[in-house]
Amino acid sequence: MDFHILFQQLVNGLTLGSVYGLIAVGYTMVYGIIGMINFAHGDIYMISAYLAAIFMALLFSFGLDSVPLVIVCTLMITMAITAVYGWSIEHVAYRPLRNSTRLAPLISAIGVSLILQNYAQISQGAGTQSVPTLIEGALRFGDDNAFFQITYMQMMIIAVSAVSMGALTFLIQRTAYGRKCRATQQDRTMASILGINTDFTISSVFVIGAIMAAIAGMLVTLTYGSFDFYVGFIVGIKAFTAAVLGGIGSLPGAMLGGLILGLSESLFSGFINTDYKDVFAFSILVLVMIFKPSGLLGKPLVEKV
Amino acid sequence: MISKQFKRLAVSAAVAASLSAGIASAETIKIGVAGPHTGAYANFGVQLWQGATLAAEKINSNGGIDGKQIELVKGDDACEPKQALAVANRMVEVDGVAGVVGHFCSSSTLPASEIYEDAGVVMVTPGSTNPAVTDRGLSVVLRNTGRDDQQGIVAAEYIVNDLNAKRVAVIHDKDTYGQGLADAMKAHLNKIGTKEVLYEGLTRGEKDFNALVTKIKAADADVIYFGGLHSEAGPLVRQLREQGVDGTFFSGDGIVSEDLMPAAGGGKNVDGIMMTFGRDPRTFDEGKQVVAEFRAKGFEPEGYTLYAYSTVQAIAQGIDGADTTDGEKVAEWLKAHSAKTIMGERKWDAKGDLTRSDYAVYRWNQDGSYAKAN
Repeated sequence: MDFHILFQQLVNGLTLGSVYGLIAVGYTMVYGIIGMINFAHGDIYMISAYLAAIFMALLFSFGLDSVPLVIVCTLMITMAITAVYGWSIEHVAYRPLRNSTRLAPLISAIGVSLILQNYAQISQGAGTQSVPTLIEGALRFGDDNAFFQITYMQMMIIAVSAVSMGALTFLIQRTAYGRKCRATQQDRTMASILGINTDFTISSVFVIGAIMAAIAGMLVTLTYGSFDFYVGFIVGIKAFTAAVLGGIGSLPGAMLGGLILGLSESLFSGFINTDYKDVFAFSILVLVMIFKPSGLLGKPLVEKV
Repeated sequence: MISKQFKRLAVSAAVAASLSAGIASAETIKIGVAGPHTGAYANFGVQLWQGATLAAEKINSNGGIDGKQIELVKGDDACEPKQALAVANRMVEVDGVAGVVGHFCSSSTLPASEIYEDAGVVMVTPGSTNPAVTDRGLSVVLRNTGRDDQQGIVAAEYIVNDLNAKRVAVIHDKDTYGQGLADAMKAHLNKIGTKEVLYEGLTRGEKDFNALVTKIKAADADVIYFGGLHSEAGPLVRQLREQGVDGTFFSGDGIVSEDLMPAAGGGKNVDGIMMTFGRDPRTFDEGKQVVAEFRAKGFEPEGYTLYAYSTVQAIAQGIDGADTTDGEKVAEWLKAHSAKTIMGERKWDAKGDLTRSDYAVYRWNQDGSYAKAN
């Protein structure tokens, strides 16, 4: 076997997996804290891609010409506005339904997803949007005939994912805010009796999920260069799968699930058959669900009495 | 008991009211425009709608069809076969259309056409090129565009004879149109003695094809033939070039959209893309004025815009000529005669295919325009 092809597929899979992981965080945290699946999360990611493209264009037109500066500024603005989206959606669509049946917020989430898609289509047009390639080039290993490469954008995706996952883990495991989150997750009533503002905590989790989606949206927009209002759907489904695979509710699980999904897709696609890569990825999911129903790193569900 | 009877009375009153409403509006002739008006391929829907709208306006201002005004009805199938069935049923039963311009994606046209056949409504597709659309022998179905087997042959001949390609990778999007086209090309390629080095399908809606690209690179392909639409073709080209694959990218009429260039990451990646497409509809003398009118409105009539325009004209002439809205008779009339449209005279054979195929090979330029290559 040619090793440069294997390495290239590993790089491809790692990049894809990091993106899945970043988005999976949004699913897993929301599920962890209120036990609902936020099906609109993929579309939050789509919105962030539009925001990133719009603000990048604006900043360039204002005469900012330093690429790193524009990227950092755009990332900040995109994160902020996407956070507002996450916060508003929670307030409008989920909070009023929090004490109704479990199905109600789920249906509401699907509704929000459709609203966001159509809103983007009507306001931004149905066509493909794009951003120019800002960061070009790649590190190549090997000679001219047999090389594998990692583009600077792929490096950035992997690095930014690793850093933001690290920061998030620190936030949840080591800070007072993280303790509040975990307390709310374990027992919302008890947490509020002890003086934790659980409503705020839940909102903040949606905000964090949205910020992670914004990071993914920005990175993917820069890497693949094109998107449309429908782009959140498939990525959302894949990220949700990653979250379930890793154990929904578990933060490291989301990242692990994303990486497994990304790597299995690209290795299967690269060495066996592209047609059936999704079949393979979902077969792994089925097997994990059979032998470890709570996912790879998930805790078994304790029946709440 | 009495209340029940009252309810029934109310229902029948409502039915009567809706019936009379139906009669009142019978002075117009409804024509459905079915295609992807929303969803990932909505820009094709925009092309169809723009073309059909201007055609209907023009016919109406010239007195309509035999004095009756055309009223267009939008049917959104999003290129989803299931939704296409719902759209077709609604068109037939609720809107009572006299003809349908559409559907667009072959995978939608195939199931929907069965419903039009049962209801006796003429359906002329401006964009579905899969052979099965007309090969099933439905009496109300016509096609105002070419067939994938014609298109595939033109592509295969060009790849072997003009590009002198030895190593051809065939990629498709696992959809009726994309895979059908790729298979048609592959069949003729094999027939003239070239075996493909790779045959794989990608997933519609995804953006990351890097794994597949690495595989294409390992196969050392000098032509990458893709059966599918621009939203997948764009990212695929971009990732091919990023990984340093410089083989010719060759595709079919599914990529004819100004969205291809942004999706592919700009002019330098689009430059040199080859495709098969019917004669550029903007080059017909009959359509010069309409093209100018579109441009005056700030809309470039690219891709399928003029196909939709021409299809509305054909249906209108069919209804006028057959002097009925009975789909079978309209289709019969169109097959026996011909339609004078902005894309020249359109003649159909007994199956409902155009008698003349005008597929040619085009080459994209850096500025996003395309010109005939042979």
